[in-house]
Amino acid sequence: MTNHANNPTVGGKTSMKTIREAINDALREEMRRDPTVIVLGEEVSGGAGCEGEDDAYGGVFGVTKGLMPEFGRERVIDTPISEAAIIGAAAGAANNGLRPVAELMFFDFIGVSFDQIFNQAAKFRYMFGGKSKTPMVIRGTVGGGWRAGAQHSSMLHSIVTHVAGLKVVMPANAYDAKGLMVQAIRDDDPVIFLEHKVMYDNACEVPDEQYCIPFGEASFPRQGSDVTIVAISNMVTHAITVADILAKEGISCDVIDPRTVSPLDHEAILESVEVTGRLVIIDEGNPRCGLASDIAGIVAEHGFYSLKAPIRTVTAPHTPVPFAPELEDAYLPNADKLMIAVREVLAAGPSGA
Amino acid sequence: MPYSTEFLLSVYRTMKTIREFEERCVKEFEGGNVPGFTHVSNGQEAIAVAACIDLSDKDIIGSTHRGHGHCIAKGCDVGGMMKEIMGRSTGLCKGKGGSMHIADIDKGMLGANAIVGGGPPLVNGAALAAKTLGTKNVALSFNGDGSANQGTVFEAMNMAVVLKLPHIFVYENNGYAEGTAANYGVGSNSLTDRNAGFGMPAECVDGLDFFATYEALKIATERARNGGGPTAIEAMCVRFDGHFIGDPQLYRAKDEVKNARKNQDCIKIFRERVISEGWLKAAAMNAIDKEIMAEIETAVVDALAAPHPDPATDLMSDVYCSY
Repeated sequence: MTNHANNPTVGGKTSMKTIREAINDALREEMRRDPTVIVLGEEVSGGAGCEGEDDAYGGVFGVTKGLMPEFGRERVIDTPISEAAIIGAAAGAANNGLRPVAELMFFDFIGVSFDQIFNQAAKFRYMFGGKSKTPMVIRGTVGGGWRAGAQHSSMLHSIVTHVAGLKVVMPANAYDAKGLMVQAIRDDDPVIFLEHKVMYDNACEVPDEQYCIPFGEASFPRQGSDVTIVAISNMVTHAITVADILAKEGISCDVIDPRTVSPLDHEAILESVEVTGRLVIIDEGNPRCGLASDIAGIVAEHGFYSLKAPIRTVTAPHTPVPFAPELEDAYLPNADKLMIAVREVLAAGPSGA
Repeated sequence: MPYSTEFLLSVYRTMKTIREFEERCVKEFEGGNVPGFTHVSNGQEAIAVAACIDLSDKDIIGSTHRGHGHCIAKGCDVGGMMKEIMGRSTGLCKGKGGSMHIADIDKGMLGANAIVGGGPPLVNGAALAAKTLGTKNVALSFNGDGSANQGTVFEAMNMAVVLKLPHIFVYENNGYAEGTAANYGVGSNSLTDRNAGFGMPAECVDGLDFFATYEALKIATERARNGGGPTAIEAMCVRFDGHFIGDPQLYRAKDEVKNARKNQDCIKIFRERVISEGWLKAAAMNAIDKEIMAEIETAVVDALAAPHPDPATDLMSDVYCSY
């Protein structure tokens, strides 16, 4: 489904894999390759100290299932519910020879651990004059759609994107999830790896061998010349839906999935807007100081003379995530909302229809 | 008789209401009527009731993700709770909160909390307000053996001691932090010893025994109300269900839950005690059972018929400004 035209060529066998399986593969193969890679978090295995089965959860979403039986509890570490200590331990271990992959079960829990992320891990390399490496990954689940309420559904990527020193990765398919996770583990800086909880079962062909996808290189799930749609994470699904509907009307959308929001592939977006002159950004985060307004700002500053119509953003409203299904559905950006914005942008400006 | 009949009947009614509410929640969840994920507290009823029965609406509690029992014990309306859990606009939080964020400020219920360890610092604030304003009100936080390991809880305990706050820390030790054993996650052999290390009176009680739990909490509450500062009570108990409804509970021993339901049921233990002591008659409690079943049935029927929120008006309300 995804066009990987700009990805490094990976030969060999592929298999149909879900995002859950692709991340699990990446973790397993990196742990086999590099004994310094460890996984830690709450129930990353599950059942520690219990009388029942080991590996009872493998993470609450099953992403780390099977790692503990292969690598043991020394490398797949179930922790107490202590998020600040989990992140601090990962950062300290990363400075001292390990490559930890720490899990925040729900990324909403950065609240409990944020000092260890933004004041500590993110700043070490710069603050210590480049003498320190912090090769750690923080995995967390983001996003709504699970009726999980305000404290388990947030889309907080913009907060970590704001922090200098962090890299922020948001895969939208299994192929990208594997290649980006391998890169994240091998990267020498702290990487925030955000997994959308409604996407875990999305599947595509994924190479069996390990491969890296470099950070800061967008992919183009659909290519076109009439309007640019920038989407990340689960919003890519909606962008593809809209592009495919409009394609039947003879309108071609250039759908850009930045894949990493820090670093961000500015060039891909600016080059696309140079061709289309029209830009819609869809983002599940809150609108103020968010990724959508950030990208809109970049294009307004550096691509102003390419624009034929005002930039439009489609985001969640500026509220916490509501619980009731009707409210959550109304809260979340979707293909219908995106379609309205895209049609408005197509109709606006000097050469609008 | 050390307790009045009225008191004992009230205790029984509340414990049984929690049990039936939770069991029905499981059923309604499995029937597709409860969105999201829900954590039930059946098996732990005695602690909720022992902690709340002497509190007024002006006394504050802070709860956890496993908070339905605390809500009911604090006097929250069962119908309003069921509506909230089903996401209806007439629920306690207008359907915006749900099971994990249920609150009723009018009843002194500061909220369930989906962030483990999120509550105790806030409850310190309620206790600080009571102390500063001289109201003689108290504040009580529910914690688990899981949240006991959060830094926020450590900080709250220390500050409560430093500021001599009227805060009762209740630890419901059901043996599991989600799917991790307390005997693994709590590094010291005893949560109570660790609590005492913060410099407050700390006690461990049998949380299946309402009376033992109540007597310990009564002393703690009176101490707080009279300016004696915080207390920590660890109550050992059993979780009859999984971490969440639908949890396959692979980490638990075979027949563990079955045996617990048979032999470690705090409501059965209460019934046997009050009957054997001659304090209450079985018939009186059976009559209450019937009333509760009817009350819960009404709550479900009403909730299923209750209006859904209207995105046009409800999505953007209760927020300070809109974009």
